[in-house]
Amino acid sequence: MASVTVQPKTTDDILIEELGYDDHFHEHHHGDKYQSGFISKYVFSMDHKMIAKQFLITGMFWAVIGALMSLVFRLQLGFPQEDMAWIKPILGQWITVNDAGIGSLDPNFYYALVTMHGTILVFFVLTAGLSGTFSNLLIPLQLGARDMASPMLNMMSYWFFFLSGLIMFFSLFLSTGPFSGGWTAYPPLSALPQASSGSGAGMTLWTFSLVFFVVSVLLGGINYITTVLNLRTQGMSLWRMPLTIWTFFVTAILGLLSFPVLVSAFFLMICDRELGTSFYLSEIFIGGEALDHVGGSPILYQHLFWFLGHPEVYIIILPAMGIVSEVLSVHSRKPIFGYKAMVYSVLAIGFLAFIVWAHHMFMSGVNPFISNFFVLFTLIIAVPSAVKVFNWITTLYGGNIRFTVPALFGIGFVSLFISGGLTGIFLGNSAIDIFMHDTYFVVAHFHIVMGVAAFFGMYAGVYHWFPKMYGRFMNATLGKIHFWGTLIGAYAIFWPMHYLGMAGVPRRYYKFDTFDSFSHFADMNKFITVAAVIVFALQVLMIINFFYSIWFGKKVESKNPWKANTLEWTTPINPGHGNWEGNIPTVQRWAYDYGKDGKDYIPQHIPLQEGETESHG
Amino acid sequence: MEATIPQTKRNKIHPKKFALWIACASMAMMFAAFTSAYIVRQAAGNWLEFRLPNLFYYSTATIILSSITLHASYYFFNRNNTVLYRGLLLVTLILGLSFLVLQYQGWEALNAIGVELTTNPSGSFVYVISGVHAAHILGGLGALILAVIHAFILPHKVTEARQLRFELTYNFWHFLGLLWIYLLLFFTLQ
Repeated sequence: MASVTVQPKTTDDILIEELGYDDHFHEHHHGDKYQSGFISKYVFSMDHKMIAKQFLITGMFWAVIGALMSLVFRLQLGFPQEDMAWIKPILGQWITVNDAGIGSLDPNFYYALVTMHGTILVFFVLTAGLSGTFSNLLIPLQLGARDMASPMLNMMSYWFFFLSGLIMFFSLFLSTGPFSGGWTAYPPLSALPQASSGSGAGMTLWTFSLVFFVVSVLLGGINYITTVLNLRTQGMSLWRMPLTIWTFFVTAILGLLSFPVLVSAFFLMICDRELGTSFYLSEIFIGGEALDHVGGSPILYQHLFWFLGHPEVYIIILPAMGIVSEVLSVHSRKPIFGYKAMVYSVLAIGFLAFIVWAHHMFMSGVNPFISNFFVLFTLIIAVPSAVKVFNWITTLYGGNIRFTVPALFGIGFVSLFISGGLTGIFLGNSAIDIFMHDTYFVVAHFHIVMGVAAFFGMYAGVYHWFPKMYGRFMNATLGKIHFWGTLIGAYAIFWPMHYLGMAGVPRRYYKFDTFDSFSHFADMNKFITVAAVIVFALQVLMIINFFYSIWFGKKVESKNPWKANTLEWTTPINPGHGNWEGNIPTVQRWAYDYGKDGKDYIPQHIPLQEGETESHG
Repeated sequence: MEATIPQTKRNKIHPKKFALWIACASMAMMFAAFTSAYIVRQAAGNWLEFRLPNLFYYSTATIILSSITLHASYYFFNRNNTVLYRGLLLVTLILGLSFLVLQYQGWEALNAIGVELTTNPSGSFVYVISGVHAAHILGGLGALILAVIHAFILPHKVTEARQLRFELTYNFWHFLGLLWIYLLLFFTLQ
């Protein structure tokens, strides 16, 4: 078998031709339908690889918007006395300039910024941009499928996302401002149009936008699940699937079961807003007027919202976990440690995700007795999470680690996931949460564990699969600057927030100058803001690197530049529609045969040798 | 070489049908959320008790009947009985439309006994849940209308593609019927 490593290209082709099977794909003329003109190739594309790129680039657009918003409110928090008149040309009426010429941020707009930052990052970037991108790219490629089960639904999934984004973007320009009641949209702020300036048209557009977003997620999810269960190539049993596919699969199931609940919650909310029902609104006196609403329960909304909201954080982090598992294994040249334990952990996390939602509501007036159960289930999640962390570390341990950019981001992910995960154990205890809730400790926790960590997973994926997407490499030096700057910068932003939180500094406050007890944190807030600006600049560097590399990056010379085992690296360097030129490869072994029997790697389509037993983590 | 590869047929179920079932699961979750919200809200008190108008039982009978006629139509489609295939399909469509009309009359009857949309959440839930269900029925009717058009325009020929399309249609329609039966039992027994 020495010839396999000497001349991988030709031997591979012969192997796929001999062992692969002919699905008669190339006998039909698909070309016209998929990539004849500009519109059908780049705009209304039905090719999963193009749709993945559309999700990624749209996600990047939203990431920039969301991050810029955070910079504006960080400037407010770090430098509350400074003149903000210089951004008036962009923010317009949201900056009020006083007689002395000093501009300051409108407090209403501060809340709108926080709300939009959360909504955009959680839904548009880390759900659509992350799982939309990589589920689309990798599910067919790694499973040996020509495309998704329904390319049409796949295309609609992207365009519903686009429509949703368009509506949200439009709401930013309303004269009353976008919705400003927090990304969780709790009633009554969200249910009463007169509650605040953003609760009117801003909230209406917010709701519509998110309903379209859910449609997008559901269409995508139906496709992902169907493709995983129905379109795997021959030999690709569930236990031979790469961990990426397992996590995308479980993520899709979570989305499919939890997002409809959010729509139900929104629907009842729309009825309260527009038709005068009282699902969420109890007796309310607002603006000198007693409303007709009687007997509704705002807690009911919170239950429905968090029944989505908690699985949502796993919808965000699971794909990142899958990507990191794959990337760490490839770049440390070792099989993933405890493959089956990893799969069972993902399944366990997926199951537990549905029975912990009320830990977001410990302080909302839920029965403390019931809280106990939610504490218990929440803390149990630490078990599969820890299993995964141990397995990543043991995968790295003793490995022949190549410190490439994706590997660095993978390792960074593990670091962040540990740091952020540990503070989750604090917050999951209802007793400690009495003190910690709604402080910067919470902000620090979830930003590290599902914000920055998920971003690191995404970056690992982008740097790792960029050669598959564009046939070129991203610049590694810029990538390393991006990595080290972001890792250090992210800790510099969020680590101090733990101390703010432990000192009781509440989140979502516009300024703290009326609180003597928090005044000594002014310098710390300045520090955080400066770090945030630097980290943002590094992300701009990454985006420049990304787009520069699409056209001018170093060209990929061989089909399998990382020497990885999964099937996407058996396709041509720039795969056309249908992914494989001839037959579809069949799968002969699991995805993690690295360093087996003295060979550096054995891809999945290579048959077992005589006397060789199949490995199974 | 081809012959040595075992051509195992793993796809026991057509991907499109499987996709439809997953979609039904997510719709079921939506209604599970509604009915859970109903239970939670009911437990909080200030809950108006009322008897569901009989019209909702008539509409239930209608939708059950429509599922039977749709299935019968498929039976005759497969047996090349064009008259019964087309006729029963048309009857199904009419029954489906009557279901919506009856639901609407049910709302009017509710209104007439003083349970208006905004009177009390107990009534609001009935309006909203049956309303969202009716919206899904519209989707089902769309599929039925398409099936009727196909039945009357295309020559009657039993092909796998048409069987699949028919199966997708009746699977969705049965699902909507079952969903309504669940909702009615829920409203009645709660």
